[in-house]
Amino acid sequence: MDALLSVAGHYNYVVTVFLMVAGLYIVTARGNLIKKLVGLAIFQTSVYLLYIEPGKILGGTAPVLDPQFTTYSNPLPHVLILTAIVVGVATMALGLALVVRINEAFGSIEEEEIIEKDRAP
Amino acid sequence: MSAAWHHLPILQVILPLFGAIVAAFLRRPGTAFALTLAISWLMPAIAGALLWQVLAGGPVSYHLGGWEPPWGIEYRVDLLNAFVLLLVSGLAAVMMPAARRSIDLEIETERQPRFYCMFLLCLTGLLGIAVTGDAFNAFVFLEISSLSTYVLIALGPDRRALLASYRYLIVGTIGATFYVIGVGLLYLVTGTLNMADLASRIGPAWETQSRAILAALGFITVGIGLKLALFPLHAWLPNAYTYAPSWVTAFLSASATKVAIYLLVRFYFSVFGAAVDLDLLPVASFITVLSVAAMVLASISAVFELNLKRMLAYSSVAQIGYITLGIGLQNQAGVTGGLVHIVNHGMMKAALFLAAAAVFLRVRTVRIPELAGIGRKMPWTMAAFSVAGLGLIGTPGTSGFVSKWYLVLGAIERGWWPLAFLIVASSLIALVYVGRFLEVAWMREPAQGLAEAADPPGSVLVPLLALAAATVYFGLDTGLTAGIAGQAAQSLLGGTR
Repeated sequence: MDALLSVAGHYNYVVTVFLMVAGLYIVTARGNLIKKLVGLAIFQTSVYLLYIEPGKILGGTAPVLDPQFTTYSNPLPHVLILTAIVVGVATMALGLALVVRINEAFGSIEEEEIIEKDRAP
Repeated sequence: MSAAWHHLPILQVILPLFGAIVAAFLRRPGTAFALTLAISWLMPAIAGALLWQVLAGGPVSYHLGGWEPPWGIEYRVDLLNAFVLLLVSGLAAVMMPAARRSIDLEIETERQPRFYCMFLLCLTGLLGIAVTGDAFNAFVFLEISSLSTYVLIALGPDRRALLASYRYLIVGTIGATFYVIGVGLLYLVTGTLNMADLASRIGPAWETQSRAILAALGFITVGIGLKLALFPLHAWLPNAYTYAPSWVTAFLSASATKVAIYLLVRFYFSVFGAAVDLDLLPVASFITVLSVAAMVLASISAVFELNLKRMLAYSSVAQIGYITLGIGLQNQAGVTGGLVHIVNHGMMKAALFLAAAAVFLRVRTVRIPELAGIGRKMPWTMAAFSVAGLGLIGTPGTSGFVSKWYLVLGAIERGWWPLAFLIVASSLIALVYVGRFLEVAWMREPAQGLAEAADPPGSVLVPLLALAAATVYFGLDTGLTAGIAGQAAQSLLGGTR
């Protein structure tokens, strides 16, 4: 019972870990190059949650000093993840661009078909 | 002038970054090349000045934007950083003149300015990782260098370069994300991202949070392990190195994996090791076993390879094993051997891949059976290849011998005699794969396709000979390499608990 309560109390981490594992599974299990990138995006996004959740304090406000408020949320994780999102967008753009070029060169975006075509010539 | 003197750490990053932006707008390959050459020749001067500062006055701390660490980002340069900075920028500077001819052949003219832009971005990222003292900042630089590396690989002439680049992108992004997860867990436990600050806060947190800290260590080790191609996480490397443009392969083999190794060393000894007794962390035995597997199994793969570049790529995986073995040994001689092999292997592999680039420049193939008798047609190129190849084996009188000497000493000091035997045995496998190619190159009658082959122009030949000469020079005079590596190892191990 204690274990169950502890899991329920940390449900945000459960969601994070589920997304993490689901994303990683899609990357490894799917042969379609676009679907792999989708999995990669889910995997990367789960890490944004890992950083942002603990920065938020229930009832906390934005960290602008004001005598009315005493509890503030931590702004640093948001800044870090803003950077990580930019990196994620760049990775996704480059990955999709590569898939376009692969489709032009091999005429397919299915990993198995590409490997077969690679052997043929 | 004195202002610039205090800003040396940030110049390491700013100069190539601005160069990359300018290069992106240039239309003529010649101008972009001249700009890149100027910047890459300036970088080792700055790195050398930094090393001199560190040797004279101890570690240099640079506060970005004037914010005090741990709130602001700190660039912290000690002996180890300065050493890696000098290696990466020095090798880039030596190899740069060779880029023009090799790239001219393999990349279309209108794409060449973008190539130089991507190279400068890659250099920015690599030098940034080496100079920063902030764990999250290191992630950003890791991705700057990785993203530009994916583009550089995809520029390769063969369509399989695209697939190699895509696979590297998937694996590399998973690696970087693992690293961020690890850093995130450390941030949850300690509330800081500054490496020195992390080291001082992990210790007190260890009592209550050891499980989270161990998880962070695991994520960071696997994440960086993917980037540095630690066996068995090396699957991306052989294809990426084989299909990338020849000059890019030479540059990456000398720099990208080396910087990732630096990051692992930094985390392992300066962050985790400084906070917790290293014997409590299950990393050493784990890394030692994987390193030995890399040394033996990747070397055997190299023996059966028919493509010269792929053979050298497998050899790189094996040689990375020697470096990580030094980390796993955790004693003065072992860590010195690992660190000095970062430099020695960087020089040797740069020479070997540059020789492969020169061969491709002249005969348009790097398949070993088609290169019979190439030594008689391209004597200087193959002489340089032979010298660097002997270094790879670890022949006395070359720099490879120095690294292996320290590693064997480290293994014996630990009392691990079978390990010392395995280091020697894997060198014998290197003898087989290097010797096999040298036999084809020197002993056979020149093949039909090689009738018009000749040594490459001076811009390629001079860097190649310089790297081969360095392999011999640093095998005889170990003051600069092993001397500084020894001091760096001492301060790394001295900082651990």
